[in-house]
Formats: sequence, structure tokens, C-alpha cells
Amino acid sequence: MPVEYIERIREKYETLGYGAYQWVFNADTPPWHPLSKPLSECRLGLVASGGIYVSRQVAFHYRDDTSLLAIPMDVPTSELRATHFAYDLTDARQDPNVVFPIDTLRGLVGEGVIGSLAANAYTFMGGIYSSRRVQEEMAPRVTECLSAEEVDAVLFVPA
Amino acid sequence: MTSALDITQAVNPPRAAFLDYPLGHTTGKPHQPILQREILLAALAGFSSLTAPGTVNMLPFKWSDDRAWQETAQRGPDDRRPRYATPQYQHQEDRDRAEAHVSAVQFTG
Repeated sequence: MPVEYIERIREKYETLGYGAYQWVFNADTPPWHPLSKPLSECRLGLVASGGIYVSRQVAFHYRDDTSLLAIPMDVPTSELRATHFAYDLTDARQDPNVVFPIDTLRGLVGEGVIGSLAANAYTFMGGIYSSRRVQEEMAPRVTECLSAEEVDAVLFVPA
Repeated sequence: MTSALDITQAVNPPRAAFLDYPLGHTTGKPHQPILQREILLAALAGFSSLTAPGTVNMLPFKWSDDRAWQETAQRGPDDRRPRYATPQYQHQEDRDRAEAHVSAVQFTG
């Protein structure tokens, strides 16, 4: 059986004496847009919340950071860094592809599985406590960036 | 993609691919490009194979033969870091480069 993270965090908060975290529960049927063409003809976007930045960019902080970074899809993998308060960074720092599959995606474009990639991937650091700020501040910015990139589909990778 | 099935089911996105790996490995194990490729191919297949909104594609990969990591993730110690309000760099060199870059931008206006 998969790890029950909601239960795990409920127990943690109780132990710490915090109030219960208000999880987002979307009961409505989600919106649905079938791909209009094969993936091999699509421009794919990438959004990742594992705290990936490029050395020379201002790194994320750990207290509800809602900033969004644009990372060129042709970035040298050796310049990618990982920072996050809530997961073990050991492997992501050895190989960012475990939470930011940049080499994997570039390889699949080379093979013709994916048509092309957007010019930039977008990254942030998850674990933002306020779902309202994510919905009202961050999500519209992500949508705007992806629309400007004219993507056909997007891969979201949390960490 | 997701490695936290219950949270994803609560959020209820149009399409998802669940990989039952420890957090921090949503798209594979480090330095295993062949495995990373297989995982991504299986996840991307959902763009054509999933036809009902809210479906989670359960990917057929296992982290290990035993369940030790799941036990630790469910019941182990709290390993989260403090929620610092200042940028947390992987290397001091990153901080130096970022601060030099910001200064240069300010200087040139």
C-alpha cells in the first residue's frame, strides 16, 4: 500500500500541537482536453516544484516562497541545483533528473517521441502552506508563462 | 506525475501517473538514465491512453523488494529542515554568483 502522506502529516501536526492542515479536496470532475495531435508533434512544457535553480539564480527560501524561475531547456545539467525543506536532497543534488527530468526529455526529443520542448521550464519550491496563494498568485503566473511558450501539453513534476 | 497518491487524489488533476518511490525521486533513481527513460515513457503514454478525467495511471515500478522505505516514510523521524526566510543555496559559490549577478543588474540599471 502506498505511503499515506495526509495521515502522516495529520499525526505530525497533532504531535506538534498545530491545528489540522486544510488540504485541498477537489470533488468536481477535472477539466478535460484531449491532445489534438500525437506527442511526437507536440511542444511539451515542464513545471517542477522540487526547488530546482540554476547556479547564478537567487535560490528559493523555505517559508512560503511563491517565486517562479524560468530555466532554459538547453541549460547544462551541471549548472542545476536543488533546494527544498521537505525532502531528502541527496539524490537530486547528485542527479537533478530524479525531480527535473531534463536530460530524459531532451533524449526523448532526440528519439522523436516528443516533438519539441518549450524554450523554458518553470520551477518553484513546493510546500507553500497557503493553497489560496498558490491558486491566486502562482497558478495564474504559471499559466501565463506556459501560454506564452505556446505549449501543447505540460508535464508537472512535484518532488 | 506524483509519488504521493493520496494528496494527488485529493487534488484530482485531469491526468496523473503515480510512481511508488520515496519523495525526491518522482522521475526515477539517480544516474539510471535507462530507468528514468522507461518511467517517463510510461508516464507520457497517459496523454493518449487515459480517456477519463481524474484517472491515475499506476506505474509498474518498484523502489525495492521490501517495504522498508515506506515504513520509514510513514512512521520515521521528521526530517524536514527549518523554514528559513532567506535563500538556501546548495553551494556557497551559487550564493556568490547570484549576489554578483543581482549587483550587476542594479549597477547597470
